[in-house]
Amino acid sequence: MNKTNTEIKTNKAYSRDRVSTAKVAYWGLAWLLATAGATFGPELLWGYGTLITSIGIAIQLALGFGMIWAFKGVLLAMDELQRLIQLEAISLALGVGVVVGVSYELLEDIKLITFQPEISHLIILITLTYSFGLFLGNRHYR
Amino acid sequence: MKNRLKVLRAERDWTQAKLAEELDVSRQTINAIETGKFDPSLPLAFKAGRLFDMLIEDIFQDKVNS
Repeated sequence: MNKTNTEIKTNKAYSRDRVSTAKVAYWGLAWLLATAGATFGPELLWGYGTLITSIGIAIQLALGFGMIWAFKGVLLAMDELQRLIQLEAISLALGVGVVVGVSYELLEDIKLITFQPEISHLIILITLTYSFGLFLGNRHYR
Repeated sequence: MKNRLKVLRAERDWTQAKLAEELDVSRQTINAIETGKFDPSLPLAFKAGRLFDMLIEDIFQDKVNS
């Protein structure tokens, strides 16, 4: 079946979005692997060698900035409503992350909790809040 | 802000997807504009004006003035 011009053009737009999203996924995966390497490598692979550990951290940082740059590409490929939904979700995640993060840290400072707050807890909170924000935005503007 | 996008689209027998493609935005954006949930930027409003060969104010109207 022949595709109409509109279908072809729409497919091009979708493929543009897919390409930029795939780039973020690749950068994110590389950053995740580098983070795992920098976390477990010193103990399991190279015995806390300062030089190789420093190189591992540098690679992890570089890949992290690559991931941020790739996400900027995703935002630029979006239209204005999609950017607004992203802005609202990111604002919600940042706000909740800062407010709850500070309170969480305070709980440990004043000994209301006995365990040490971890940065991973904050990352999980921000990720969940961001996802919830995207869900709310897409539902509101659907 | 009110708008006549849905009417103009219907006059041309265009789907939301077709209009979205012509304006280089998502179908979700067209739907949000038509239902009044989202006001387009000035560049997008100008683009719609060029597409329909109309003035912006003939497509989009401030609720206060309508």
